[in-house]
Amino acid sequence: MDLQNLNPSSLKSRFTARFLRALTEINAPKTISSSSPREIFQRYRRIKVAADKSMAYSVRSRRIWSRATLWRLRTRSRSRRLVSFGRRASVKTRTTASHGKENKEHHGAVLGVQAEELRELVPGGEAMDLCNLLDETAHYIKCLTTQVQVMRTIANLYSIE
Amino acid sequence: MSSRRSRSRQSGSNSRITDDQINDLVSKLHQLLPEIRNAHSDKVSAAKVLQETCNYIRSLHREVDDLSERLSELLATTDNAQAAIIRSLLMQ
Repeated sequence: MDLQNLNPSSLKSRFTARFLRALTEINAPKTISSSSPREIFQRYRRIKVAADKSMAYSVRSRRIWSRATLWRLRTRSRSRRLVSFGRRASVKTRTTASHGKENKEHHGAVLGVQAEELRELVPGGEAMDLCNLLDETAHYIKCLTTQVQVMRTIANLYSIE
Repeated sequence: MSSRRSRSRQSGSNSRITDDQINDLVSKLHQLLPEIRNAHSDKVSAAKVLQETCNYIRSLHREVDDLSERLSELLATTDNAQAAIIRSLLMQ
């Protein structure tokens, strides 16, 4: 990480602070037998969710993709307390706005197939028109690369014993 | 940028303005992609850019997965080190 350019209000700083805080919480329960494969897997899940969540919170609701991620995380944690799977499925279909589909066909049918693939990869992509999709994708990629950079730096720091 | 966007929404049937807009956005995306082989990077088709973008996002997701896994193992190691220290202190 470039320490000279560490702007405290930059996306990278906001993400790093949030993610480190989350890691501390995940690491907190000090049980002696914390290295069983199952625990490692559970920790992996929690770390991954914490990373995505930290980034989405750092972007706040300024972007469609971050709002979609935050919504998805909140819905998932809420529906986990419910027993039925069917409820979660019906909630998911409700997010696909029908107006987005009309715009899709209007803008460049040439890019149709690739845009479909992209819609599945970018959070909230299903409901975006092509212009928004491309714009959101650019921002999403910038945030993902920042996320990867910070996670890699932290992992390297932990590796130095 | 926002004025261009609102113009395209009002003139729904005029696709020429929105095509330029889309080309702009596509080239903006293209600049974010890691350049590997393309010598003539100006002339890459929009479809190719989108395809490469999908691949790039997938590889970024994989990296996040791998790093999360690596971090989960490293956190376990740290715990073990501290646990070993605590145990050795208790045994004295």
